[in-house]
Amino acid sequence: MKAPDFRYARPGSLAEAYALLAEHGDAAVPLAGGQSLMPALNMRLSAPELVVDIGALTALRGIALDGNAVRIGALARHAEVLRSPIVAEHLPLIAEAMPHVGHVAIRNRGTFGGSIAHADPAAELPACTVALGARIVLGSAAGTREIAAADFYTGLFETARRTDELVLEIRIPSRPEGEVCAFLELSRRHGDYALAGVAAVARFEDGRMRDGRFVYFGCTDRPKPAERVLRATLDGPPDPDALSTAVAEDVDPADSPGLRAATKAHLAAVLTRRALSVLQQRRAT
Amino acid sequence: MSAAGSSETGGHAIDIETIVNGSAVRVRVKARQHLADFLRDELMLTGTRLGCEHGVCGACSVLIDGEVVRGCLMLAAQADGRRVDTIEGLAQSGALSALQAAFAERNAAQCGYCTAGMLLTAHALLAESVPLSRAEIRAFLSGNFCRCTGYQAIVDAVEAVLMARHGRTPPE
Amino acid sequence: MSEAPPRPVAPQPLIGKRLPRAGVDRLLRGRGRYVGDIVLPRMLHLAFVRSPYAHARIRSIETAPALARPGVAAVFTGRDLAEHCPPLVGVASNRRGHKSAPQYPLAVERAVWQGQPVAAVVAGSRAEAEDAAEAVAVEWEELPPVADGLAALAPSAAAIHPEIGDNLAFEHTILAGNPDAAFAAAHRIVAQRFVFERQTGLTLEPRGLVADWDPGAETLTVHHSHQSPFQMQDVFSRHLDVPEHRVRVIAPDIGGGFGLKINVYAEELAVAAIAKRLGRPVKFIADRLESFVSDAHSRDHAISARLAVGEDGRIAAMEVDDISAIGAYGMPLRFNIAEGMMTVTSTGAPYDFAAYRARTRNAYVNKNLIGMFRGVGLPLACAVGEVLVDKAAAELGIDPVAFRRLNYRARDSLPCVTPGGVRLDSVSFEACLDKLVAMMGYEALRREQAELRGRGVYRGIGIATFIEQTAYGPPYYGPTEARISVQDGCTIRLEPSGTFRCVTSITDQGQGTLAGLAQIIAETLGVATADIDMISGDSAISPYGGGAWASRGMAVGGEAALKAASALRANILDLAGAIGQAAPAELDIVEGQIVRIATGSAVVSLADVGRIGYFRQDTLPQDFDVQLSVTKTHVANHQSYYVANGVHAASLELDPETGFIRLLGYWAVDDCGRVINPLLVDEQIRGGVVQGIGAALYEECQYDAQAGLLNGTMADYLAPMAAEMPDIAVAHVETPEPSTRLGAKGVGEAGTIAAIGALWVAINDALRPFGATISHQPFTPERVLDALAAARAGKPAEN
Repeated sequence: MKAPDFRYARPGSLAEAYALLAEHGDAAVPLAGGQSLMPALNMRLSAPELVVDIGALTALRGIALDGNAVRIGALARHAEVLRSPIVAEHLPLIAEAMPHVGHVAIRNRGTFGGSIAHADPAAELPACTVALGARIVLGSAAGTREIAAADFYTGLFETARRTDELVLEIRIPSRPEGEVCAFLELSRRHGDYALAGVAAVARFEDGRMRDGRFVYFGCTDRPKPAERVLRATLDGPPDPDALSTAVAEDVDPADSPGLRAATKAHLAAVLTRRALSVLQQRRAT
Repeated sequence: MSAAGSSETGGHAIDIETIVNGSAVRVRVKARQHLADFLRDELMLTGTRLGCEHGVCGACSVLIDGEVVRGCLMLAAQADGRRVDTIEGLAQSGALSALQAAFAERNAAQCGYCTAGMLLTAHALLAESVPLSRAEIRAFLSGNFCRCTGYQAIVDAVEAVLMARHGRTPPE
Repeated sequence: MSEAPPRPVAPQPLIGKRLPRAGVDRLLRGRGRYVGDIVLPRMLHLAFVRSPYAHARIRSIETAPALARPGVAAVFTGRDLAEHCPPLVGVASNRRGHKSAPQYPLAVERAVWQGQPVAAVVAGSRAEAEDAAEAVAVEWEELPPVADGLAALAPSAAAIHPEIGDNLAFEHTILAGNPDAAFAAAHRIVAQRFVFERQTGLTLEPRGLVADWDPGAETLTVHHSHQSPFQMQDVFSRHLDVPEHRVRVIAPDIGGGFGLKINVYAEELAVAAIAKRLGRPVKFIADRLESFVSDAHSRDHAISARLAVGEDGRIAAMEVDDISAIGAYGMPLRFNIAEGMMTVTSTGAPYDFAAYRARTRNAYVNKNLIGMFRGVGLPLACAVGEVLVDKAAAELGIDPVAFRRLNYRARDSLPCVTPGGVRLDSVSFEACLDKLVAMMGYEALRREQAELRGRGVYRGIGIATFIEQTAYGPPYYGPTEARISVQDGCTIRLEPSGTFRCVTSITDQGQGTLAGLAQIIAETLGVATADIDMISGDSAISPYGGGAWASRGMAVGGEAALKAASALRANILDLAGAIGQAAPAELDIVEGQIVRIATGSAVVSLADVGRIGYFRQDTLPQDFDVQLSVTKTHVANHQSYYVANGVHAASLELDPETGFIRLLGYWAVDDCGRVINPLLVDEQIRGGVVQGIGAALYEECQYDAQAGLLNGTMADYLAPMAAEMPDIAVAHVETPEPSTRLGAKGVGEAGTIAAIGALWVAINDALRPFGATISHQPFTPERVLDALAAARAGKPAEN
């Protein structure tokens, strides 16, 4: 399992990085933390001509509070996000998700931006970005642009990022007063990708849910807001059968080896009920 | 130090400067070679093992700037400007001696293949300087696969060292 | 002769002592030397081209593009090697009807499993070899695969190897007593289907070897991650036409064996054949992706079984029907009919009943070969027997522990032969069960279970009784004509300065057998273990022997060590007597000194014995025969195996909403005869239990309809990690093996043999309130949910 040969570049500036990506297009891949790219290279699932190591781009590091948003640099390591007091205080959903992301060695290298760009549908962070209404900032030689997280993940391991673009940072709006969150996942072993998971935020008024987002991962092809589930849960406790139907329609799972679509839908429904229970409990405190 | 080991004839290469086990290393590395292979094949530091080469088993664990990482998930080129510590260096420096003694006492190393990874991960656990429960110790070690021990002796060893650091004794 | 203060004359007891292994320090320092670490001058690296199809004809192989790649020294196809290397045939000559197609080192005209190697590239580095392997152009003609054991045995099934007829490798039936009558008259019958999915051994160190042919000396040296260097010395010699005394196989440190590395791999023979052709060392280390498709697999059985029980709760009969899908070929030497055979011979062995019918059919399928793996068929035998026993107990409303007590073979019925044909002489089921229920607090756990059920929390408790046949003897492999040594030997030499060097044919992949042997030798010789250096793994320098498999290290190797140490001790005392002018019978060795037993006074030191024995023979009587190096071997010529036993228990909690299982506790009471070192034994048991838990909950090779492996990475094939494993409490009963001086029986496989059964019973126990049963292992959340759904729908629990 030795990677095929490739050229390696380590640009010292964003401009240099953009130029390399623009020149080589599909034949170049950016290397951030390497926790997803390196297995692909070692297994020869990926055979680029050029690997662009963006690790020297210090502008992409850091976690900061900027007005009404938390800015997480694309190169912020998972370990940094896990330890960040800003995330703990302002983004409790992500703080709750981080211990589920891999293991300590993975978190020491893997990056927030890398997880977003890789868009593994079983991963925790893409779902969290959608649940939190994050905006993904992309840059290229042509300039920068922002895209809502809900629009960023377009399919299985597919995003709206063009091959000449880099994820620069993820901007997450500060949470509204009184918002509570719940993060639940079912995985066979600690640190595994989830069989089913839900990242949820909700705002209650007078004991009823007024607003919220439910985003599933592990059982669906990409993270997106679960509209039917939200409708079923707004304003009052949902009818259990109606909720299960809504979950199944929103998750729209496919069969996997050893886990049928119907089982995924079932597990997602169980997690949804449990998430609602957590949200209710947290609202009360 | 010049590159020794495998005789590969072609391929792209990069010059790097790194510190391995405290010694400066200036060397040309193959672009595609991962750090674990570089350590093993070029520097003859074979204590870092290969178990899967896709980042799951943890046998290839090394420290980068003091933090535990998977050696198979880093390119050797990415060690440029970084400090690399392997099991050999850490064993030599005595940094692992409490853990090693605890492992030996409990037969927490059988075939030895996972051992470097387990010791380095346990070392990282101790470096966090917080008292962890037994369940938390198990969770921390869950990125390191062992096929021989069933983990209990390893958890016992780490727990014993952790408790001693925090002035406690482990439960019977 | 020195006057020393009186010393104690009783030997320091080291056998049975909980001693850490001296050999572990180097491993803790990263100084283990595994075959992947071996670098020889001018060494080349090998990569295989493997079939992507489970069944395909090789129309053509174009190697020229690969040969042109940088760093490539050679490319070989199946035809190239077939000329120079006869194929392997995995058939036991004493088993009538056992058949297998011949297996060439590389596939010649057809590939018959996905992953079978069809070409080999040799280059200056593994990376270059892989680059070139991609350039080998194979023209394939896909053929329909036979993917499943039952389908393979259907009359209409296409034969994978038409030249041998059909896909039935072997069939064996057992009939004892009158099971038909017993079932007809039964008060109750319980039945169950069992599916054991295919698994892989997953040693952390993959397989590998460095084969080095020296054309000048005409010797072949193979550094091999293998449990039996002697076996491979024989295989390489015969297939590469090199006289056996010019073949040397050396096993360095090995990162886990578990039986995986006892098998004979055609591709490893290919590596050695290629080394011989090239006259340069050739290294092959299987990478993890290759391991999944080429390491011998295990299990893959579909079993139907039933049990007849009387109103009094006594088992009247059992019946077992097994289909074992053994892959595309018979495993050479380590015949893969063994799992099926052990399943049918050993199911129900702990229990006192006479009527038994069993059948095993071994089927060829277009999958990787099944080979030996920890426990072989015994985990299946245990699971099948214990699940049925538990079901019968529930059916009659008898507590499972009480039911077992009622039905275990009584001590005074031993020795006996079970209806399956297993001879039991010194087993201890009752004693183990007694110890187990006390240690786990069985009654309290049952009360807690009942109380929690009332609150909608579902716990399960499972008990599993097992036998472990260890240290197979000449009657087992001999008649098969497989050249497998079941003896072991030990050479112990006094060094001139008074310490010892021991070369043993036993090998150690981390079990600690070498440390155990050192304890035996040290106690016998009256020295410290630190005074003994243990050497093993080299087929040229150690006595010929069997190596490590079937939990034989202490049982056989320990006995050989005991014999050799006793003989050397006698020779040392003879020489000490000649030096000190005393009768040897009046002397003993204590802490490195030869002392008079009567007074405790020192006569001469070991160092002086060595000095005189090696350098000052002129001071000895003319006819005194100095023999300070002794070799002894041990084998029990007519003993088929030893039988160890134990009873384990598991406690778990099941979430009926998600199907997830949480392990709460595990207890193991084991009787492996004399325990040489409880630290080593306990950890072998724990490691084995966790492998069994892996099998029960996580491990399966998943295939698509074309017999292509779907989950061949460590991310997708799930194996146990630390977070989900319980703490495992271990206790011992010691019923010494009566036929040897040492009395050790072997324990390496015990944990794995019992754990699947313990969890299977426990999960069915947790599911019982729902009227559900699970019959398909591993017990994934989906299978648990399916079992619950089937019960709700009133369907029979067959999944």
